[in-house]
Amino acid sequence: MTMAEDYQSALSALLDEPVYGLSQSEKLTRLQAVFALLHEHHSQHCSAYHNMFRQPVTCNTPLDQLPFMAVRLFKLFALKSVPDNDVVKCLMSSGTSGQVPSRIFLDSLTSRMQSKALVKILQQFLGKQRLPMLIIDSPDVKGADGKLNARAAGIQGLAMFGRDHTYALNPDMTLNTDAISLFCQRYQDQPVLVFGFTFMVWQHFVSALKTSDMTLHLPHAHLFHSGGWKKLEAQKVSNETFKQQLLAVAGISAVTNFYGMAEQVGSVFMECEEGMLHAPVTAEVIVRNPYDLSLAKTGESGLIQVLSALPYSYPGYSILTEDRGTIHGVGDCKCGRSGTYFTVQGRLPKVEVRGCSDTSSSPGSGV
Amino acid sequence: MNNQDKLRQAFVAALGVKPETVTDELQYNTIAEWDSTAHMVLIAELENVFDVMLDTDDIIDMSSVKHARLILQKYDIDFA
Ligand SMILES: [Zn+2]
Repeated sequence: MTMAEDYQSALSALLDEPVYGLSQSEKLTRLQAVFALLHEHHSQHCSAYHNMFRQPVTCNTPLDQLPFMAVRLFKLFALKSVPDNDVVKCLMSSGTSGQVPSRIFLDSLTSRMQSKALVKILQQFLGKQRLPMLIIDSPDVKGADGKLNARAAGIQGLAMFGRDHTYALNPDMTLNTDAISLFCQRYQDQPVLVFGFTFMVWQHFVSALKTSDMTLHLPHAHLFHSGGWKKLEAQKVSNETFKQQLLAVAGISAVTNFYGMAEQVGSVFMECEEGMLHAPVTAEVIVRNPYDLSLAKTGESGLIQVLSALPYSYPGYSILTEDRGTIHGVGDCKCGRSGTYFTVQGRLPKVEVRGCSDTSSSPGSGV
Repeated sequence: MNNQDKLRQAFVAALGVKPETVTDELQYNTIAEWDSTAHMVLIAELENVFDVMLDTDDIIDMSSVKHARLILQKYDIDFA
């Protein structure tokens, strides 16, 4: 078999495993094998990757010794590991720092595997059925230039679980009260899916409903949201407040947050009933000390590194984020799901991020 | 119209392609017209035309025209 075939069969086998069921040792063995193949593939097909990471990686290399790439490198360089002809989609993420977006190049394989992994994970929370879906965004979120921004990509991923997709906002981000009322009327007695980015849900749905003295009745809705708390923390809005207010203004009691990077679509970390984010079978999370990048201990806050088995068309299987998080344990969360569980504390203040200068040279890390 | 014709017509309507493009071998993500956005339009179209409710596994598995037919057969749509 070729390396590409080895990778595809290892990944497919992994995707057939229960999302939160493998023992940690079994999962790590399987992931190490996949990452060794990905390292080989990216070394051969992405010269930037090859130049940064010359150390050998084998299927015995522990996850915390794998090379990792700072997330901002995807803003600085067009990193891809497949021929231009194979690129079917380019995902753009502006991030919060802003001006230059990340560019993530997807081939047919990676794009398909992303969808498949995302579906597997969400099925754990939603079942296989598709539900009427209210999207807390404007239909204009899709860019006109064919390049997919991160918000549109996130919506598209979740849209696989919806039917009769209804956008709750007008292009100017005001509430589309007609569309919302119609949706609520039609579906108030049955399960529905609501999705939006955390800040959008708070600012343009919860707060907007309050301002306009409107309350909705969606008792069977399950709301999923993602995108981070940074803007909400500035307004002193906690996860608790967020949930209370959604119940108060919309009657929504089932609320699930998830954490994921636009640079690793398909590998999402879902929040469980205990408020913990869980690593699915295709991904792992590591937390590092922000100053020397050594491993943080369980319970210690640090910089989040995310690893995903999915990125084949671009060298993003191991990424050091700019988010601060804490690992709380492995396999013993009260919810019963296996794997590493953690919480995210928000983005690291800019000054703290080590290696902001491009000359930093930590051995084995493209930071 | 028999079901094979209906299937072809659903692809033509959802993807905006010519009827002769819709062969068994046509695969998802290999032509610009059949991208992930069009895929959801196609799913809705197939649900309408054949009066079925497709689940998320079906969306993922529908990687070609041939697979679309196999999936619809699961819902007792007859292509004989
Ligand atoms: Zn848990």
